[in-house]
Amino acid sequence: MKLLRLAPENTKFPFMRFRRVSYPFSAVLSLIAVALFIFKGMNFGIDFAGGTVIELRAKSGAAEVGALRTMSEELKLGDIEVQGFGNPADATLRFGLQPGGDAAQQAAVDKVRSAVGANYELRRVEVVGPRVSNELVQSGTLGVVLSILAVLTYLWFRFEWQFAVGAVIATMHDLLLTVGFFSITQLEFNTTSIAAILTIVGYSLNETVVVLDRIRENMRKYKKMPTAQMVDMSINAVLPRTIMTATTVMLALFALVFFGGQVIRSFSLAMIWGIFVATYSSIFICSPMLIYLGLRNEDADRKAAPQPEPEEEPAFEAEPEAFASMYDDVGDAPVPASPAQKRAPAKTGGKPKPGARRNRPK
Amino acid sequence: MLRFSTWKMFAIVAMTLAAVLVVAPSMLSPSHYAALAEMLPSWAKPPTIVLGLDLQGGSHVMLEVDQADLVSTQIKNLRDDVRRTLREEKVAITGGIGTTPRGVQVRVADAADREKVLPKFRLLRNSYSSNIGGQPPLEVETTPEGLIRITVTDAGLRDKSRKAVEQSIEVIRRRIDQLGTLEPSIQRQGDDRVMVQVPGLQDPQTLKDLLGQTAKLEFRLVAEAGANPSEVEELEQTEEQGKLPIEKQIMVQGEDLTDAQPGFDQQRSGEPVVNFRFNIRGAQKFGDVTSKNVGRLFAIVLDNKVISAPRILTPITGGSGQISGRFTVSQATNLAILLRAGALPAKLNIVEERTVGPGLGQDSIDAGKRAAYVGAGLVVFYMLITYGVFGVFANLALFVHIAFIFAGLVLLGSTLTLPGIAGIVLTIGMAVDSNVLIYERIREENHAGRSILASLDAGFNRAFATIVDSNVTMFVAAAILYFLGSGPVRGFAVSLALGILTTIVTAVTMTRMMIAIWYHYSRPTKLPI
Repeated sequence: MKLLRLAPENTKFPFMRFRRVSYPFSAVLSLIAVALFIFKGMNFGIDFAGGTVIELRAKSGAAEVGALRTMSEELKLGDIEVQGFGNPADATLRFGLQPGGDAAQQAAVDKVRSAVGANYELRRVEVVGPRVSNELVQSGTLGVVLSILAVLTYLWFRFEWQFAVGAVIATMHDLLLTVGFFSITQLEFNTTSIAAILTIVGYSLNETVVVLDRIRENMRKYKKMPTAQMVDMSINAVLPRTIMTATTVMLALFALVFFGGQVIRSFSLAMIWGIFVATYSSIFICSPMLIYLGLRNEDADRKAAPQPEPEEEPAFEAEPEAFASMYDDVGDAPVPASPAQKRAPAKTGGKPKPGARRNRPK
Repeated sequence: MLRFSTWKMFAIVAMTLAAVLVVAPSMLSPSHYAALAEMLPSWAKPPTIVLGLDLQGGSHVMLEVDQADLVSTQIKNLRDDVRRTLREEKVAITGGIGTTPRGVQVRVADAADREKVLPKFRLLRNSYSSNIGGQPPLEVETTPEGLIRITVTDAGLRDKSRKAVEQSIEVIRRRIDQLGTLEPSIQRQGDDRVMVQVPGLQDPQTLKDLLGQTAKLEFRLVAEAGANPSEVEELEQTEEQGKLPIEKQIMVQGEDLTDAQPGFDQQRSGEPVVNFRFNIRGAQKFGDVTSKNVGRLFAIVLDNKVISAPRILTPITGGSGQISGRFTVSQATNLAILLRAGALPAKLNIVEERTVGPGLGQDSIDAGKRAAYVGAGLVVFYMLITYGVFGVFANLALFVHIAFIFAGLVLLGSTLTLPGIAGIVLTIGMAVDSNVLIYERIREENHAGRSILASLDAGFNRAFATIVDSNVTMFVAAAILYFLGSGPVRGFAVSLALGILTTIVTAVTMTRMMIAIWYHYSRPTKLPI
């Protein structure tokens, strides 16, 4: 069977060279996102702005958006937004906080209920008072800040500090662009959107860590290679995985957009954008950042001569015997192992063993 | 690392079977489930996935203690206490008892009298708060001109608010229980809030009507001409126009009721009424008042509105009575429920309400299911055409992964919400990431010239560290979302976190086992990916 390959094999894209393009490009995009946030603003849902959303379904026939609008104006509840969506029988009414505290919100709902109750079924009613919405804003912001701090700390322990800083800058970049996305599309921004943002933060870090992991591994393996070249090589090595994973996640998300219903559509759309941006930033933002932050291979950059082939080959980390011996038939197993490997103790080890050499290709 | 002991394989298979068993009851249709539950003793009734309010329909209402109302109640109580103290000590005051924004003040002109009542006033604080040693709930100040000012402190108010929430929870539970076989969840949130969730409620209006009323019932005399104006307040009437002057002193309170039932007026019109019965203390007080005030109007006041003010014709000493106020049958029923359940200690405001009708909930379930099937189908197909036989392994692991998530939800008793379903669909896409990491690494090692066996081995070992690192970051995000989020968003965090945990087991261990078995039987000469 011929298997599908989305990513070309053994790519050698000079990703690091793109940093002179990708950095200004991302900087401009981020500035645009900030400007959009300040000048155009977000379409805050009632979770954050306070107010009321009522979802209606006509008891018979289609919802008459025009008639609903006229009726809404007569109720004098401030700006009422009336929208039809999906099913022609459905419509939503949305209006802002009513002056007069919490009781006034309830009174407004009662007004609408008595006005439309005869012809429409109230499928969903959500009322969020002013104090609750303020708290939701606070906890949402706190969540995003906390998660970034927590991950910064984790990465600091697991990697060099440059990796942590690079990862966080890439994540902030994704965050800004996602905020810009919400602003430009005017998708409703609510607590589910905070969930989307945190998931994007998680995914972005996930992507970044996969790349960083490989960079760290290659840093130890190819001590003499210039940093830029080593980073390029690492990104190229994980590229098939990056493309593959982004595709599967996208497949799942598109299923959510098209079949998951109205309530989670804005979540799914934001996620799709976020996955796209996160994939981009893990390659073009985080990794070059390592160079700017002064990560260098030991004495690599002093020796200008590039050395693509490692001088010291890492050894196997586990022995083939271990794998084959699960059925106690080591003898039969077609183990193409060199004598050096056969002599190695049947125990796994993460460190390269001195003297162990592997079979060279060709 | 790739050696598989028999017990390990057995453990994996057993875990998978257990997960499928745990999930199975939730997958049954309601009628089949009912049939199954009937066959089993009640303790063995299998747990099923709890659906969130957004999926099964229902109401979520957040109530908050009305601080202004709390303050005015405190002032009222304080005023009664001060009046009683003055009367007991036989101390005369200049003018009436005045109110300040947070308390009361009285002018006691005589210095000796002041010395007599001041210690008593200071003692009042003991009855205002139970937290001994904390901030005093009351502050007593005097001015040289003989003005005594008693103020409720912030600490006192906070304490009252907390207590009000605790008592409210009980009252609310009793009220909702009257609505029938609903399974409400009533929880305190912070110092001054109560969260009420009632799944499957068709009409949230009844619930809100029940929650929105304090149901504070008082029996007070209607003031006669010439009464001291500071002891009288004008109250609105529910049925009549205009206000009635009512004495501030409360003669009998609703808390002395032992029972209240809706009924019909036997003697006169046959209109709906509420019949009530007092406890001994209430009956005695009621008897006293009606004996001493024959011929006067006696007002029945509910939540500061006069329901009716009948004339006392004869002393009523039997301890039972009737409230009539031109009720409809349902109004009489509701009032009886409220009186039986008791009054809320303070007014509660609805600060957040989210109600989902059962129709929309079912639509959401259907949409979520559809998205999950399509998403899973696409991912399975894609893995298959990319990795061939290894894709089959990944897909089997994916199936177990989903079973594990659902089993986790059932065992944790966590609710499945619509964002939760989105989280599961998302983890379907992400679960295969671990497989992809491993497979790509295997390919890479193989391309670098290693033997099949060595490539498999190196692929699993090297990818493992990456899988752990990358999943920890995702898990951190999910955990924070869980602690800060509420309701549906929390459901999302749970699904996501469960998905991350199970992927380590399924994608890494299970896949490795399947590949080990496959390798043993097929003895490949070429890597199939």
